[in-house]
Amino acid sequence: MPEYALRLRRYDPQSGQGAYWEQFTVELDGHRSVLDAILKQRAERDGTIGIRCSCRSAICGSCGVRINDKPGLACHTHLDRAAQAGREGSQVIVVEPMGNMPVIKDLIVDMDAVHWKKIQRVTPWLINKQPIPEREYVVPKESMLDITQSMACIQCGACVSDCLSLEVDPLFIGPAQLAKAYRFVGDPRDAQHEQRLRELAEDPHGIYDCTHCWACIDACPKGVAPMSQIMRLRRLAGSDHQIEDANNGHRHELAFTNNIARNGLLAEADVLPDSYGGKLHPRAIGVLLASLPVILRALVRRKVTLRSALLHPHRGRFKDLSGLFDQIERRAERRELNLYITGYDSAEPAQVAGNGPAMVATGASPTRGAADEGEGR
Amino acid sequence: MKVAYWPGCVSRGFTPELHGSMAAVAPLLGIELIELDRAACCGAGVIAEHNQELADTLNARTFALAQQTDGELMMNICSTCQGAQTECQTRLDANADYRAQINRSLATQELSYEAGLTNKNFLWLLVEEVGLDALQAKVRRPLRNLRVGPFYGCYIVRPMDQLAIDDEHPRHRYLHWLIEALGGTVIDYAGVYKCCGFPIITMNREASLKQAARHLGDAIDAEADCLVTPCPLCHLNLDLQQPLAAKLAGRRLGMPVLHLPQLVGLALGLEPRQLSMDKHIVRPSSVIDWSAAVVAASAA
Ligand code: SF4
Ligand code: SF4
Ligand code: FES
Repeated sequence: MPEYALRLRRYDPQSGQGAYWEQFTVELDGHRSVLDAILKQRAERDGTIGIRCSCRSAICGSCGVRINDKPGLACHTHLDRAAQAGREGSQVIVVEPMGNMPVIKDLIVDMDAVHWKKIQRVTPWLINKQPIPEREYVVPKESMLDITQSMACIQCGACVSDCLSLEVDPLFIGPAQLAKAYRFVGDPRDAQHEQRLRELAEDPHGIYDCTHCWACIDACPKGVAPMSQIMRLRRLAGSDHQIEDANNGHRHELAFTNNIARNGLLAEADVLPDSYGGKLHPRAIGVLLASLPVILRALVRRKVTLRSALLHPHRGRFKDLSGLFDQIERRAERRELNLYITGYDSAEPAQVAGNGPAMVATGASPTRGAADEGEGR
Repeated sequence: MKVAYWPGCVSRGFTPELHGSMAAVAPLLGIELIELDRAACCGAGVIAEHNQELADTLNARTFALAQQTDGELMMNICSTCQGAQTECQTRLDANADYRAQINRSLATQELSYEAGLTNKNFLWLLVEEVGLDALQAKVRRPLRNLRVGPFYGCYIVRPMDQLAIDDEHPRHRYLHWLIEALGGTVIDYAGVYKCCGFPIITMNREASLKQAARHLGDAIDAEADCLVTPCPLCHLNLDLQQPLAAKLAGRRLGMPVLHLPQLVGLALGLEPRQLSMDKHIVRPSSVIDWSAAVVAASAA
């Protein structure tokens, strides 16, 4: 039977001692899990090791930890794979508690203090449309398929652990939380579609506080892709409902898109003021003043010249672009493709949704009215 | 080798030193750049959050333009372009119906994208096409005693499956390998794979600058002489905004940040000035001093 070396981060706040590392070896088959190894050590040699677990089959979400610097489920990580991924080829499996949450003991973090508290902020239940039908709700198949990805979440907290916005802004609502929000925003039975979007956008630590770092996508053991759900929420809030948010996120995205339609390449000097309502807008003046030292330094170092910043010398090459933008943005329905639902050509046929081309039109929610018809700009 | 070259927006806007140093370095490596000057912005993830189909169309247009050249592949010099373009390409390549629909939009411009384009960042190209051995053979001034911290940029390391990062192509280690191949010392610090904060600079300025300040501070604590990044957007937050980040963090920073081609150029024997290092906000004094010392030593 092969032997595996594990290094655990041990910490008991009540002991008054700091955290320390402890290394031990366990004899187990390589296909057994990191959780199995830790439980074996606990059963046979050290009953004080703290780790949370229940199902042992990647479904309850209790055993979230960090293994070799990556978040994941201890019960869903094979020992042989984990040893291969050891730091600098060391074969030692390093197990730590998840990040962004306080440690209760050893590998157990306080999910209540962070994860569950934040989940409450998105009203994680259905608010029925009235009148409630006498029998079951009949909903279009596509719209339920559309939320399956966010429904796959098992609340393990791995994404919260690695979220790079949370690391600097503890008030940020969080990836699993926003994926959960999408689950109800996208549900045609929910009465609060627009209200929910409004709250998520108007919260300065809501959908526009995500730094688009992809960490939650890699962290998630269930393929929920929280960041993709956040981007869908942004498209719904901004492009479809024109909700003005507290962070100027929608305005920035419009300024950016219009800038490219006009110039082909980004004219940075315009984007900043336009994101705040245009150069002369009172909101923009404060920001411009704060940015003045940056702009001046860039001019002094000849990073930019006034000519290149203000005259858009590239513009002439892109006269054909704005027609293309108009053509797509004038569509009656904004379109997007979710590969989680449609799959890839080479694997299964892409007709999961059963509605012709594997395109998920985002008009799935019947709550959206005529104002939503893709007149984004 | 000939490549269809996508320089991105920022290298021709606020970080002209990147565009210039790439142009200076390419001939030394035998890379012929066919610049895609009709191609438009990749959308940097921002257009995709406005309208996904629009972002996919813009990038399909770029890919189609690249396919019209006789370049062996398409090369970019920006982590964000790499990530944003790969995301769009994944959808385009996955689904023939979708691709056909996007190509219908492009038909008015007489363009059409055929699945299967190869698009590599300069970093990937160096390791996978040029080869580190071949590169090493061209090094004229090994970066001996220069302590370099890698800063990859989110879009070029995540999500790993989308970017085809696996055991065979450990692309998340390439910057480490490259620094070593050029003779430098790799400094591992907490920020190597983190976010520079740029995507939220207009949305949550404080959180954005805090991110930049934290990584720069960690690199200082790890005693790096400079950072190197394949991403000009990271460069904006780490260099252009560094004085503001320092102010916010209440800490002296002063950490020089090099663009990838600048670091390569330095090892290939170019002078800091030829690589426009005078255009940086944080003067790369440590790097310039290092270079002067090496030149003096070789003259003596
Ligand atoms: S993409 Fe957004 S939500 Fe996901 S980890 Fe990064 S900052 Fe957090
Ligand atoms: S989104 Fe994924 S990583 Fe986050 S809590 Fe749910 S299952 Fe875990
Ligand atoms: S123990 Fe339930 S998910 Fe691991």
